[in-house]
Amino acid sequence: MKYGYYPGCSLERNAIAYHRSAMAVADALDIEFVEVDDWNCCGATEYISIDALPAYALVARNLALASQQKQNGNGNQLVAPCSACYLNLQKTNHYMADSPELAQQVNTALQAGGLNYDPGSVRVRHLLDILTQDVGYDAVAEKVTKPLYNLRIAPYYGCLIVRPGFDDTYHNPEYPTCLDELMRKLGATVVDYPVKTHCCGGHMTQISEPVALDLIRRLLKNAADYQADAIVTLCPMCQLNLDGYQEAVNKHFGTNYQIPILYFTQLMGLAFGIKPKKLGFGKEFVDARPALAKIEAEPPKKPKKRKRPPKEALPMPNLTEGM
Amino acid sequence: MSAQSSASRASPSSFIDEVIAATPGSDPHLDLCVQCGTCGGSCPSGPDMEHTPRQLFAMINAGMKEDVLRSNTPWYCVSCYYCMVRCPQDVHITDIMYSLKRMAIKEGMFQESTAADAPDFSETFIDFVEQYGRSFELGLATRYHLKHHPLGAVKMAGFGLGMLLRGRMDLTPTKIEGIAQLKTILARAKELGADSSKNGGGQ
Ligand code: SF4
Ligand code: SF4
Repeated sequence: MKYGYYPGCSLERNAIAYHRSAMAVADALDIEFVEVDDWNCCGATEYISIDALPAYALVARNLALASQQKQNGNGNQLVAPCSACYLNLQKTNHYMADSPELAQQVNTALQAGGLNYDPGSVRVRHLLDILTQDVGYDAVAEKVTKPLYNLRIAPYYGCLIVRPGFDDTYHNPEYPTCLDELMRKLGATVVDYPVKTHCCGGHMTQISEPVALDLIRRLLKNAADYQADAIVTLCPMCQLNLDGYQEAVNKHFGTNYQIPILYFTQLMGLAFGIKPKKLGFGKEFVDARPALAKIEAEPPKKPKKRKRPPKEALPMPNLTEGM
Repeated sequence: MSAQSSASRASPSSFIDEVIAATPGSDPHLDLCVQCGTCGGSCPSGPDMEHTPRQLFAMINAGMKEDVLRSNTPWYCVSCYYCMVRCPQDVHITDIMYSLKRMAIKEGMFQESTAADAPDFSETFIDFVEQYGRSFELGLATRYHLKHHPLGAVKMAGFGLGMLLRGRMDLTPTKIEGIAQLKTILARAKELGADSSKNGGGQ
């Protein structure tokens, strides 16, 4: 399988662990990613706040470069591992296709630089979708040599992979489950995580820290309530906010959360038996080692079935256990 | 409905038309809002906003331009799109928040809102993108935080050091090869945007 690949600025440095683990996992699954030559920043959520047309042109340059790249294969699909990049690429693709006026203006700008983009000619996909839809759960399960038994995972999707769903999204915008399923295939225990699609605060950590810290606290608290050993994420912004600002949350609220925030590809790599070093472990602010030490060689025992009370007994709750 | 909206795009006569015209791409359906309040109830930033999205849309409808553009609401939008997937009228709420930010900047009306630093954060971010074609976290953090949170910058320095020690932040920016091409494209886009906003379309 072959795809175009748009890493985005975060994966070059701050989310280097995501990039390394994605590459290692792709290698194991025989996927080839062809990086878009000389791509530029997608503008995050900032450019569109200042000036709309240049913001679309900025993203469209990447789409134009990707559409020229013949070796992408697979009907010219472009993979973005960062949810913000994914959203910006999809949004530009979608709105250009929807509004001929916008498409014409963006193309006039692109032509000044000798480029052109035919809206919709590139299909934008998120890395998680490639691994769950195209590769598939069974093919992933087959590669597992070191299952993550006994590791309790809170699956965190964040916003932009599930909302608003510009193109071909198959996720439920409020309660998606594909990451849950993927983690189960690795042998991990997936805890219920009702806030799985809540916001990490985005750029609010920079603009109004208290607002962001409260959003981050909720995500950490919910995972702690369900006794998760780690939160698994698929977006560099989510990872950075939950990991890098966890100490700030603890200071601000007098809490003591120590929950490592890991990329889903890092856990896939571990379960595939790839060395942690190759997967970017050690880059996280909250040390992942104590959580990883909980992984056991044997699957957790199924809880014993309760003995049925005798038929003639009164219908009372059975309170003898654990008392 | 779209016929009506595109007609209003041609000659923005009221504030609501201005906002619609400033939202490129698909029709934002702003004129379809039924004031149900689903958006405000879904919004993680709701408690910090001066006006909920629903209130803001009522104010837009009432032509309260200045109050809307001075509101902190768009600046506290974290772009989570919860409102947008839940809105029964398919109002493109998040896109409209971005439009309001751009209009507030253009009219110089954001300074008094409680999110007065937000535009400068965005501007500093895009300065680096325009200069190098890539974002540059260290440059952004130092320039923006020293200007706005000189005391907080000390705290940020600790965070930045943590990033550097873990090899998660570059000391120098990366420049793309086609930076001249990118600059030409962006300059042309800015011209086009300025032109079309004069006659009510585009940005
Ligand atoms: S959810 Fe939609 S229709 Fe309801 S108040 Fe908000 S914008 Fe208006
Ligand atoms: S997109 Fe913005 S306005 Fe809508 S719910 Fe999220 S933060 Fe609130």
